[in-house]
Amino acid sequence: MNPRTIQGIMLGIVIGIAVGIGAYTFAYAKGWSYLTDDPAACANCHVMREQFDGWLKSSHRAVATCNSCHTPANFIGKYATKASNGFWHSFFFTTGGYEDNIQIKPHSREITEQACRNCHGEIVGAIEPVHPAPAGGQLACLRCHDSVGHLH
Amino acid sequence: MAEAIDNDAFARRRRRRFLIIVGAAVLATIVGVALLMNIFERKQEARNPFYRVVELTDDTEDPAVWGKNFPLQYDDYKRTVDQVRTRYGGSEALPHTPTKADPRSVLSQSKIEEDPRLKVMWAGYAFAKDFREERGHAYMLDDQTFTERQQVVKQPGTCIQCHGSVYVPYKKAGNGDLIAGFEKFNQMPFFEARKLVSHPVACIDCHDSSTMQLRVTRPGFIEGIRAFKATQGVQNYDVNKQATRQEMRAYVCGQCHVEYYFKGPEKRLVYPWAKGLKVEEIQAYYDEAQFKDWTHADTGASVLKAQHPEFELWNQGIHARSGVTCADCHMPYKREGALKISDHHVRSPMLNVNRACQTCHKWPEEELKARVETIQERTFKLRNVAMDALMDLISDLKAAKGAGKTDKEITTAQDFQRKAQFYLDFVEAENSTGFHAPQEAARILGESIDFSRKGQNALREGKSGVRAQTAKP
Repeated sequence: MNPRTIQGIMLGIVIGIAVGIGAYTFAYAKGWSYLTDDPAACANCHVMREQFDGWLKSSHRAVATCNSCHTPANFIGKYATKASNGFWHSFFFTTGGYEDNIQIKPHSREITEQACRNCHGEIVGAIEPVHPAPAGGQLACLRCHDSVGHLH
Repeated sequence: MAEAIDNDAFARRRRRRFLIIVGAAVLATIVGVALLMNIFERKQEARNPFYRVVELTDDTEDPAVWGKNFPLQYDDYKRTVDQVRTRYGGSEALPHTPTKADPRSVLSQSKIEEDPRLKVMWAGYAFAKDFREERGHAYMLDDQTFTERQQVVKQPGTCIQCHGSVYVPYKKAGNGDLIAGFEKFNQMPFFEARKLVSHPVACIDCHDSSTMQLRVTRPGFIEGIRAFKATQGVQNYDVNKQATRQEMRAYVCGQCHVEYYFKGPEKRLVYPWAKGLKVEEIQAYYDEAQFKDWTHADTGASVLKAQHPEFELWNQGIHARSGVTCADCHMPYKREGALKISDHHVRSPMLNVNRACQTCHKWPEEELKARVETIQERTFKLRNVAMDALMDLISDLKAAKGAGKTDKEITTAQDFQRKAQFYLDFVEAENSTGFHAPQEAARILGESIDFSRKGQNALREGKSGVRAQTAKP
């Protein structure tokens, strides 16, 4: 056989295996579920079980999913955030070394803060002129209302 | 010629490209398989919280056997050998040259050398000879066996209740009856009882072997909590039947981390809770029973020694009131892969702030630590003031005795010493430097100072030292 054909077949095999295993891993890990809005997907990897359980009992469960508060409202922002969080969450869950009581990062906190205002803009608009933010800061909904979505 | 070189270079380039692509595909396969295996393992972990490798019975004493079924918990349990200092507690590993009487090669720091006033407070009592910073559960049996206190006083077998795993030995000694075995042990000399015990606190002391549910096995606590519940109108309380799951997370620790005394000639271990858990209720109980631990060598007062009343002080604090128990902070939940387990490496929450505190308190670790240390610093300052006040009273009493005052003349002052000393020791011996109930600890120390000064007043001629007025709120 012509060496180029052999090379071609070998290439096909190794790439095929890689793609096949990748596809199976994706399916086995319920990868597609992360593209949906279903909050159960966030508890797939066991870390957010408490947050999910808390949300099931929270006042917001009827009107908001995880994505409503933890991703930006626009399409690109939403999937960019999902991709970035998804990568880092998987990375830390797989390699370990994260804190058991997980803590939100400042950027993610901003997204959630904005989400409050998306729905409750009217009341926030009424509050802000009367209670101006402290110097250099912003009036934060989450400072007091941090348990509306879930306790922990 | 030039064409041949071109062809050659082209073939090399193609080969290199081929190798790079193959290499990348191989790498992707490896990463993919590794990830797949990892996900598989996590899914398996989530499915089976444990594997029953050995059969455990109500007579399985050795924690290593339990460890076969619960390796994660057992690993943590073994780590209680760690010696780590915290600002106001913890223990430091100090080298010790083993002797025949004391073969330990590592000890913790001596508290009576750190604060020699303790020797004055305990003059005439074995604690003035040897008292070291407490260390992890792993050392409880050895530290009681080899303390110098054993050499100065003949200790009873009662001590072993909380220095070893006694559930199985008690049952054996009592032919199946836990309480009968307990009574037998209490009346033995310590070293005879010591021979019948082989482990420090073990799994079976807190867990039911078939269900793993928490359970109280110490007769002292079973009887003590029954007496306490009776003060609240609950008669014949059976802790293993009536306590909630959350209460048990404090009660299993309260089996030992409590104030106690040896009652009567049969040296029965009793938790003095028949009037309540507060310091004045315990003091009143001892006064009524006319109990004393020893006679103070310098003053002749009948005095008491408080012993690690963690359970009692915690009961007066905000955490107890909010339903937060010992295990919530000292054995917080932790994640091992996909499993959630209680951390069996029992230790100071200050060494484990994220798991212990941040479950509820959403503040940075430094902030939480600073809050705790502020409470402890204030308690410690007040404790020092109370200690100085007590030293003044003891020295005045000593002087009065030296000046030939009769026992009758100094009785009131001696009684104040008994109170002042017990109150002070109640906070001093307690292992949180006030944190378990900050205001209560401060109140107790405040009253201790008052008792010491009133005792001094009582020694001054023409003063009764007793003022009955109490401000109405």
